[in-house]
Amino acid sequence: MTLQFKPDETFRKDFTYRNSDAGILRFPFPFPEDEYMYSVNIEPHVRGGPTAAFQAAFDVDEHYVAECRERALVLAEDPKRCQVLPHMELAQWDTLELIMESLAADYPDLFSLSKDGDLWTWVNKPLSIQQTFTFGKADTLPCPPFEYITRQAQGDFTLQDQREDNLYVDGGMVTTQADWSLEFDIGMSFHEWHGPVPLAHEKGVFDRALKYLLRLQYGQPVRRLNWTMTINPRLDTSPENYPVWGPDRTTITPENVAEKVHLRVELQTLFRLPRSNAILFGIRCYLASVAELSRVPKWRKRLHRVLRDLHPAIQEYKGLPRYRQMVIDTLAPFDDGAPLSKGIQSDLTAL
Amino acid sequence: MTAAPTLSVRIREIEPLGASLKRFALEPAHGGELPTPAPGAHILLTLRDGGRVMKNAYSLVSPAAARDRYEIIVRRVAQSRGGSAFLHQQAREGDVIDIGYPVNLFPLQAKARKHLLIGGGIGITPLLSHLHLLKARGLKFEMHQLCAPEEAGVFEALLAPYGEAGEILVHGTGRARFDLAGILARQPLGTHVYTCGPRTLMEAVATTASALGWPAGKIHKESFGENSGGLPFKAMLARSGIEVEVGETQSLLEAVEAAGIDAPCLCRGGACGECKVSVLEGEVEHRDDFLSAEEKASQGAIMLCVSRARGARLVLDL
Repeated sequence: MTLQFKPDETFRKDFTYRNSDAGILRFPFPFPEDEYMYSVNIEPHVRGGPTAAFQAAFDVDEHYVAECRERALVLAEDPKRCQVLPHMELAQWDTLELIMESLAADYPDLFSLSKDGDLWTWVNKPLSIQQTFTFGKADTLPCPPFEYITRQAQGDFTLQDQREDNLYVDGGMVTTQADWSLEFDIGMSFHEWHGPVPLAHEKGVFDRALKYLLRLQYGQPVRRLNWTMTINPRLDTSPENYPVWGPDRTTITPENVAEKVHLRVELQTLFRLPRSNAILFGIRCYLASVAELSRVPKWRKRLHRVLRDLHPAIQEYKGLPRYRQMVIDTLAPFDDGAPLSKGIQSDLTAL
Repeated sequence: MTAAPTLSVRIREIEPLGASLKRFALEPAHGGELPTPAPGAHILLTLRDGGRVMKNAYSLVSPAAARDRYEIIVRRVAQSRGGSAFLHQQAREGDVIDIGYPVNLFPLQAKARKHLLIGGGIGITPLLSHLHLLKARGLKFEMHQLCAPEEAGVFEALLAPYGEAGEILVHGTGRARFDLAGILARQPLGTHVYTCGPRTLMEAVATTASALGWPAGKIHKESFGENSGGLPFKAMLARSGIEVEVGETQSLLEAVEAAGIDAPCLCRGGACGECKVSVLEGEVEHRDDFLSAEEKASQGAIMLCVSRARGARLVLDL
């Protein structure tokens, strides 16, 4: 498969981001059933599955080049979006090794890594980067190793240290987030950073998820999907920039709702790292407008049912109340109520 | 968790270290690199002696930077279940064996200000992989190795490469003359202690440290994984009308899948609740985090992915 990058698309101002037909069909639609409720929906991160977004350890798609540029813009405005506490230095190198080796193995026509002992050479063709450096020596790279490699990957990443039977978010590269802040959360324990999520605590979801993650083994990564909605294809919906994107929610009308409202899906992956025993948490963000998703009959019907029946506390937490009804009204005429197949697959081979 | 991926390795070198110790170097059987060995990790070796299959876990002693080979040190034990005797007597250079992916239940702690390592006998092995990293990173450490007098020379030789960076002491004079409490008492705040060796030694380290006021989170013992298998049993699937045999190192879920039954599952680690199935007969050994204490006590359901039968047979509504 040859990827056609769209290097000039934007995630701000004129918002020229769009999905190609193939891009829509590989979208990791997050609803396997007509109803949505929080659960420990974690499964092994194995290659393959209902969407092509699961084919690689770290998915690279047509938005790669533009997304890396967007990340650089956010970091230039606010360098604190990337922070790693000092005791996580080994985890930085673990991350660099894992991402470089995975990209080189999964996309040999785009990335390569060659090693001569500790002297490594990394080639990133889409971004025109060639870098020789000494593994383990931070001053041989233009910036710290975690920042270096996560500037060249789609999605956000955090680093969790494991100690005293808990996980602590002790580092991260967070520029494409759904209204949470690394600057605020850094150093927090698992239950602290999940504190704001409604309903799931009462259901014991986080207690079970933490126990499971503490046993996560090297070589056996896991994944889950999470979702929310965003107005315009904007990657940076951070609390820091709320004044920039918050008002967007008041601009939705019945005429523009399908084009402006985007389903924002996070393909979350968790990898145990070898040297540091830390956990790398990848939060890969996918955006598709309601209009794009509506081209898949199963998805438009299911999205309608999920939004229609969504628990009020979840609507509120995800910030949907201002425009949820308009999305439902747009989708309702296309939902004949017929039963849909279980699972997230599109049930189409072409658009 | 799912069964870890398996790696095929060739025994590249067997080196006798002492009367009952041998070091084995294992290289990828089909070229390429092995996964980065985590400091403190162990691997499970699958050894085949005719029709007999033995599974033994050994700590990796090679450094994290070495991906061309894994090294393990194996002691020939008098009461061997077969694995160590097989490796000492029958394994040959060039033999190909299967190993599991490295599993680390004994990692170094990133926030430790100082690392205190206490090994007993062959318990030195995971500490050797810790030492590689501690020395390479210039971290503060202190190592005490207990052993029989006749083996002091072997352990001194193994530890010699790390001697300069920190304090390393080999105690070949017996436990009675080893001042464990004194060593633990004089450590600076922020020290973490790691111990591997005979159970009595590991317990002595833990109880002595606790008595001296060490927080539990700073005391680390090697513990090989306990939840990965158990005695074989049979599961009767009432709705499907078939009976499956669940092997020692296989989960009930894996056995059901191997029989061609499409069982519900998601996390495969006892957390999500997806694979909950009603139990019609038999007693369950619950290993999951999903069922409540009351549900576990009532014996009405089992999580296929991690739990097992306590007896010879279960009947499931599946």
